[in-house]
Amino acid sequence: MNLLLFSLFREKKRRRVVELTEKMVVDGGTGTRCEWEGRWNHVRKFLERSGPFTHPDFEASTESLQFMLDTCKILVIGAGGLGCELLKDLALSGFCNIHVVDMDTIDVSNLNRQFLFRPKDVGRPKADVAAEFINSRIPGCCVVPYPFESNAFCVEFHIIVCGLDSIVARRWMNGMLLSLLVYEDGVLDPSSIIPLIDGGTEGFKGNARVILPGMTACIDCTLELYPPQINFPMCTIASMPRLPEHCIEYVRILLWPKEKPFGDGVGLDGDDPDHIQWVYQKSLERAAEFSITGVTYRLTQGVVKRIIPAVASTNAVIAGKGQNPGIVKFAYIPLNNYMVFNDVDGLYTYTFEAERKENCSACSQVPQDLHFSPSSKLQEVLDYLTESASLQMKSPAITATVEGKNKTLYLQSVASIEQRTRPNLSKTLKELGLSDGQELAIADVTTPQTMLFRLSFTS
Amino acid sequence: MAATKTSKEQRYDRQLRLWGDHGQEALENAHVCLINATATGTETLKNLVLPGIGAFTIVDGHTVSGEDVGNNFFLSSSSIGKNRAQAATELLQELNSDVSGNFVEENPDKLLDNDPEFFHRFTLVIGVQLPESTCLRLGSVLWSASVPFLVCKTYGLIGYMRLVVKEHTVIESHPDNALEDLRLDQPFAELKSHIQSYDLESMEKKDHSHTPWIIIVAKYLEKWLSEHNSQPPKNYKEKEAFRQLIRQGILKNDNDVPEDEENFEEAVKNVNTALNPTKIPTAVEDLINSEQCSNITSQSASFWVMLRAIKEFIQSEGNGSLPVRGTIPDMIADSQKFINLQNVYREKAMQDAAAVSKHVECILQSVGKVSCKNASFLRVVCCRSLAEEYSVDSVNKDEITSYMDSPDSEMVLYLMLRAVDRFYQQHSRYPGVYNYQVEEDISKLKLCVNSLLQEYSLNVNIKDDYIHEFCRYGAAEPHTVAAFLGGSAAQEVIKIISHQFVPFNNTFIYNAMSQTSATFQL
Repeated sequence: MNLLLFSLFREKKRRRVVELTEKMVVDGGTGTRCEWEGRWNHVRKFLERSGPFTHPDFEASTESLQFMLDTCKILVIGAGGLGCELLKDLALSGFCNIHVVDMDTIDVSNLNRQFLFRPKDVGRPKADVAAEFINSRIPGCCVVPYPFESNAFCVEFHIIVCGLDSIVARRWMNGMLLSLLVYEDGVLDPSSIIPLIDGGTEGFKGNARVILPGMTACIDCTLELYPPQINFPMCTIASMPRLPEHCIEYVRILLWPKEKPFGDGVGLDGDDPDHIQWVYQKSLERAAEFSITGVTYRLTQGVVKRIIPAVASTNAVIAGKGQNPGIVKFAYIPLNNYMVFNDVDGLYTYTFEAERKENCSACSQVPQDLHFSPSSKLQEVLDYLTESASLQMKSPAITATVEGKNKTLYLQSVASIEQRTRPNLSKTLKELGLSDGQELAIADVTTPQTMLFRLSFTS
Repeated sequence: MAATKTSKEQRYDRQLRLWGDHGQEALENAHVCLINATATGTETLKNLVLPGIGAFTIVDGHTVSGEDVGNNFFLSSSSIGKNRAQAATELLQELNSDVSGNFVEENPDKLLDNDPEFFHRFTLVIGVQLPESTCLRLGSVLWSASVPFLVCKTYGLIGYMRLVVKEHTVIESHPDNALEDLRLDQPFAELKSHIQSYDLESMEKKDHSHTPWIIIVAKYLEKWLSEHNSQPPKNYKEKEAFRQLIRQGILKNDNDVPEDEENFEEAVKNVNTALNPTKIPTAVEDLINSEQCSNITSQSASFWVMLRAIKEFIQSEGNGSLPVRGTIPDMIADSQKFINLQNVYREKAMQDAAAVSKHVECILQSVGKVSCKNASFLRVVCCRSLAEEYSVDSVNKDEITSYMDSPDSEMVLYLMLRAVDRFYQQHSRYPGVYNYQVEEDISKLKLCVNSLLQEYSLNVNIKDDYIHEFCRYGAAEPHTVAAFLGGSAAQEVIKIISHQFVPFNNTFIYNAMSQTSATFQL
């Protein structure tokens, strides 16, 4: 089934949904399109001509272009390196109804690749500036910005395209779309599927993938593909540094909280040059103690902010690759769903079909089992949830129904509740009144829906 | 000017972490020429202007059409009727005030007629959507002037790049998975005596558990060699036995239970790495034995002078090996032991670099240091000229026919692009531009395909589907393909200018239908 048909299914469904009030567009497009002769010539040739390689269900007609221009609604998540490229690519491919979400503001270091922003825009919300620029450069295009967090309106869109910079955010989006799926008599209703196109870049490497929630591999199915974040052991940082990075982490993690150089309760802000300067000086001192060379200001900032190097070219490539599914695949067969790119040595691309994980905690609908003995402590369960390669939760909150009442066993995100439930961590599952086969409801920032786990006692 | 430097460093921070200040400097001293400001061209330039290329010049004789504006972010509807070079320069210039943008309202053919030396001033020339004849003429001028030439074309859903550079040297290739240079199979004197300074048997537990794995492996290797006739472990069985030998060295507590010694675990895990024989990589061997290295003249590029110096080093102070790289991976150890070991390698590397420098005659002192660290990773990329690719006598028949054994390989797309060029040559237009032409052009294009295959005696079969598809494209330049190609092309340009990372050699084809790509050497 190709994306055009998906979108038409979704369009029927969308018309049944009550629309949210939309912000009026700033600067430029007013909803009426300014056309000129030949404007869409390049695009038309693919939508209005049949060909030997198009999808068997594809029918060349002028309707597809009209659908793209008038009706197709696309949500772009992220207006950064990938987001800017995606907005441009979509707008120049004929998509005029685009919404963009980004909570960030513009920083000077964005300017080397996020080409919708200028030095005068530093400090302004990315979503707003991006929308303004596209709307003024591409007449008739209506990009609506959301410079704040926005939930529960994904159902409005035919396609969602992600240019996010965190795995947690991707998993959240993934979970959100999965929660919208409708099953009738155990059969998935295709009109409830919202295709998700996701991309990511790092230096000269990148990947783009197409996810059809409920049908193809989802983000959580392939969680192990993401490289683990580098965290140095505490004993190395505290007493046995060898690398300049160890010295910097020492200052960030141990020295800063101890010395509070900018006052009580003032956290280390990686964007504050004065903070970085302080960390840099102290790191040099630490390094000198151990005869370690290599601490520089640039390295210090890189470690503190966990900076990922980035250039315009890789973002352009990945957005082009990822967005191709959006427009090209309206007519062609969407092939294998995961594409990687690397241009360190020549240009390397590889495409493969990521497979669904049978017991994926996000999309398989298979109840997840937790195997522990009744004498295991709750802390062990918590550790498993955060450390398991397939779950990788951040700060799970665990609740269960005990003796008919809903009981919060442990919750980290609210200080008062954390304090109250902390003693539970050292209690055994038996002591907490949990029984074999019991359901545990677990909430976490990596999933919008509470996940149900089944406790299975080992002897 | 300190403020300006800081703001530039801030702006370019994310890319400086990839190619360093010296790479950035090379970029800022470069002046590239773009021919034809179509979407593919402006997207490529955008990705060069944003990172701060010194200057660009657009050469384009076309006036902006409505179609041009539709797929090009750097043309607006108000530029319809204006010269395309001028219109695009304005909007590209606006991206980055550090960059100097220029334009020439002229057809490249005219420039080739009247002033071919115009192109000599550029660091590199990018030719976009060029007809075959212009491309070949320009290729010949640039080849004689040794100016690198990157040909780019977006044709429907196909992207094409051809790099033409006589000899491109790469000192910093930044390989992804480089082998370590530990010299455990032939430890140099300073390393030997450092290893000897350790006595594992008589160490206290704290020291024993924080001894670097390199030392551990070295010690046990000494033991093994003495027991095995100076033969290191070679096959899997022997390596396993060697690992066992190391494991036996783990301290045991009073109850004879092995202690938790992570450094020993690391040693066992890294046996393969440690036993990698010290060897000059084949690529480097080839360079050392090359003609350019053997015959150094006053005209030789500094790369070859430096390589020659390395060759002489290998033959004398190096005792058959390259200069020591000087870096070691991080490993479990206490600070002092690690730093001391690291310094043994570092100091030896500096010593070797000094020896190489002595072999070098002129002002290559700084280049010498960088090169020694990268000695294993030196690369040279030589692309054939367009003339050679296109000549019946030197066409790379083998490459073409072997890839065409799979009739859907990207090679068929290359042949179709050649056929389409031929069509343009004959009919002064591309096939299928207007709807009514699509059907009737199929047979005309097929004639071009056949004449192409015949001329080059290529015994391959091209499916009719591809001929149909290329008529369908109607020479369209969809923005997403142009954007992909623009990103790819810009990065290759940066590689050429910075001499870092390895460029492709020499033909790249991207198929946006299947999201696949391939690189051929034609």
